Amino acid sequence: MKPTDTRDPEYYHKVVDCQYACPAHTPVPEYIRLIAAEKYTEAYMVNWESNVFPGILGRTCDRPCEPACRRVRVEEEPVAICRLKRVAADQKGEVKSLMPQAPFPQNGKRIALIGGGPASLTVARDLAPQGYEVHLFDEQIAGGGMMRSQIPSFRLPETVLNEEVNYILDLGIHTQFLTYVKSLKEVISKGYDAVFVGTGAPRGKDLPKLPGRKEGGAFIHIGIEWLASVAFEHTKSIPKKVIVLGGGNTAMDCCRTARRLGGKEVKVVVRSPFSEMKASPWEKEDAAHEDIQIIDNHVPLSFEVEGNQLIGMKFQKVRAVYDEKGKRQLIPTDEPDVFIEADEVLIAIGQQNSFPWIERDLGLEFDEWDMPVVDRKTFQSTLPNVFFGGDAAFGPENVITAVAHGHQAAVSIHLFCEEKDLNDRPSPYTNLVSQKMGIHEWSYDSQIAADHRFVVPQAKKSITLKDRKKEVELGFDVPIAFKEAQRCLNCDVQTVFSEDRCIECDACMDVCPTSCITFTPNESEDQLRQNLLVPAENTTQDLLVSDILKTGRVMVKDEDVCLHCGLCAERCPTSAWDMQKYFYSVTKAYQVPAPLPSFKK
Amino acid sequence: MSYLKPQFSHPKLPKNKLGYTLKEYEGSLSTLCAGCGHDSISAAIVRACFELSIEPHLVAKISGIGCSSKTPTYFLGNSHGFNSVHGRMPSVATGANMANKDLVYFGVSGDGDSASIGMGQFVHVIRRNLNMVYVVMNNGCYGLTKGQDSATADQGSKNKSGNINPFQAIDLASMAIELGATFVAQSFSGDKQQLIPLLKAAIRHPGFAFLNVISPCVTFNNNPGSTKSYDYVREHIEATSARDLVPDKNEINVQYKAGKSAQVEMHDGSEIQLNKLDLDWNPEDRISAANALQKARAKEEILTGLLYVNTEWKDLHGTLKITSTPLNRLKEGELCPGNKVLGQINESFR
Repeated sequence: MKPTDTRDPEYYHKVVDCQYACPAHTPVPEYIRLIAAEKYTEAYMVNWESNVFPGILGRTCDRPCEPACRRVRVEEEPVAICRLKRVAADQKGEVKSLMPQAPFPQNGKRIALIGGGPASLTVARDLAPQGYEVHLFDEQIAGGGMMRSQIPSFRLPETVLNEEVNYILDLGIHTQFLTYVKSLKEVISKGYDAVFVGTGAPRGKDLPKLPGRKEGGAFIHIGIEWLASVAFEHTKSIPKKVIVLGGGNTAMDCCRTARRLGGKEVKVVVRSPFSEMKASPWEKEDAAHEDIQIIDNHVPLSFEVEGNQLIGMKFQKVRAVYDEKGKRQLIPTDEPDVFIEADEVLIAIGQQNSFPWIERDLGLEFDEWDMPVVDRKTFQSTLPNVFFGGDAAFGPENVITAVAHGHQAAVSIHLFCEEKDLNDRPSPYTNLVSQKMGIHEWSYDSQIAADHRFVVPQAKKSITLKDRKKEVELGFDVPIAFKEAQRCLNCDVQTVFSEDRCIECDACMDVCPTSCITFTPNESEDQLRQNLLVPAENTTQDLLVSDILKTGRVMVKDEDVCLHCGLCAERCPTSAWDMQKYFYSVTKAYQVPAPLPSFKK
Repeated sequence: MSYLKPQFSHPKLPKNKLGYTLKEYEGSLSTLCAGCGHDSISAAIVRACFELSIEPHLVAKISGIGCSSKTPTYFLGNSHGFNSVHGRMPSVATGANMANKDLVYFGVSGDGDSASIGMGQFVHVIRRNLNMVYVVMNNGCYGLTKGQDSATADQGSKNKSGNINPFQAIDLASMAIELGATFVAQSFSGDKQQLIPLLKAAIRHPGFAFLNVISPCVTFNNNPGSTKSYDYVREHIEATSARDLVPDKNEINVQYKAGKSAQVEMHDGSEIQLNKLDLDWNPEDRISAANALQKARAKEEILTGLLYVNTEWKDLHGTLKITSTPLNRLKEGELCPGNKVLGQINESFR
């Protein structure tokens, strides 16, 4: 193998599994260390710079970082990254003075943002400090998009939402709420330098062809519309017996909201097996905790209506069968159809994009699924001054993905307005600094905590089920937050190897608690992976390979289960190993040109 | 500074026949200087015991005083240990071995502990062919007292403060052969490929097995001009052969293309396989081994590998005709068989 090029900013980035998995690449270990040090304000700002909504995401994020956490590979449970983020938001001090301060010197350019959700708000935050005049249009009464209309208050209190939305709007954003944009042509004709579309996936899927859909119409609601109606206090109650169709997180929000509005027997009925439901495992747990029954492997057949009243639904029982390619088919079992009583039904089987307000003769191309053609890197549509992001760009995802889109779209809009090449993206900001404090001392806690993941305490069910706005999760208190933070393995503190210093004493190889380091003759990557002390079978993790050493061997380190405990560097007599903190930050539009010279070859 | 090892290990760490991983053979985190050769030897002992599937509770580690003699804390944490008086490890090992001959005995010593204060004990334990592995972690200096030249420092070798050693060195391996040790090997802490098979063979050898391991002192004797530094040893090393211990000779199925080879059968049915012999040397001939060592020394080479082995000699228990049951397992009934038996014994002397 060729020696690893650690000058590539992505090499060490990939070692920080959580940060690499995060769509916005939030520097997770960095803020977890700050939380352990009780520097909550600083921890909040590291988050805010990167993901814009720390308090919201600390409660509602889909957490792509957690399955990626190294702790999963060496222990079992990941660090509770998401809920630690919430601790930073809960415990922080005054932060507003640390944010960019409006008014900003104007650059004379005007940008329109259509939709007021996470993607648009991110674009607004990134562009306003550069002097753009940002106009935001949304049909709702306030900003936040689906975070306001779809995420129930018992998961995300309105105060938290308002606080973080307002941090952005206070940057001098011109808002036009209660304004439904009916025509893109009309917006463009107003002479904006660029238009960003962040209208989400606002249309809930329906079951229009299912018998009884029309007759029972008054008792059947689309999940996201119903949630919005609850959020804006148009709907205040629901009858006793409720069926929720669907197995995603929206279904979980629907059933739990129904329990708070008067639903006593709330059942979630889903086509797929329980284990394959799209809802996050913790959301399913929370629903079960609130006495909600989840019935899997049931396909809806009809809505049953008697007189003018919905009485229930009929389902067919199925089982999942998989072909050689792993493709799933739901095969009916021979059992009789099942009737489940219901007074009302909520349909939460998915969301779709909807662009009836975009004229098809503008030169903005749509594909065969009626989705706009959007560049995956620049988020530019085929109409050069129109950009897309969030769920509106490539279909429903989640808040953190929308934020990541927003950052990139803002960069593109800035480059576009400066008449620069959109494909010449700014390099990330990176920094690699030794953590050595003394002969055997590091500036980070290198000891590996043996604690198991701590559980976030919840308010009593007897209280939360009575009040739709009462937040269920109480969040970690400070002592537990510290212990949970100490579970972090500090994967951003990199093991940096300098072959010219190595005397091949093997001390690192001998001491490594997880047998990551091997000195061996060089081979092809496949062969090398087999020749290590413990074969490196996880090919998603890279090998760090040195240049040829004095004895003709190479040093090979399997990044897979490295604990970043620093023992290799502590036992190295010549400092050929050093523990160096790697900071990686995606460059945002308001930081362009990059704050420090980019990566030099 | 870290003083505890993390609890986690590689989830796919291989297991031996007993179902143990390497972790069960490790000890505490070393407090020796970073990069000390002794730590590599400890790691080699850990691996040798792991690979031979030795039950950790059937091993006893006995040492004297010095950096080397601290190491038993850093390997085989689940085994017996005795950190004895300076230079007196052989006496304690002899006593322990007399009481329970069924354990594997590791005597760990250094150049000061063996070649100076313990020389008297060293020569006699060889003479008695005590069944043990005697490892000298040889760094040519007194590391614990800031690096004075030891008795194994080569004449003309320069120490860290620039002084040239005026005295002749004691060559422990030559001496062991001369005194009749039945297994003599020499190795280098920085070459585990060689050291681990040698340790495994030494463990299986039914008698006194001596290993002189050059182990650089990174703090006091790793400077230019030293003959025990990593660089010097790597430049002057010469191996007698490539070797491996084959635990069961029926398993031999490797065909070597070129070079001579030799098998040395061990007492327990295992076999030492020596390949690619490129020296005019016979591992079972003392004169040839002594000559090879002298020739290498004349060429300023450090001859490593298995130098001499003899499996014919009886160990101390055999020579003294001691009962096959370890003494510590004899009960009062066997040790004090009563008046009648005493009468019979007395009668036999009349």
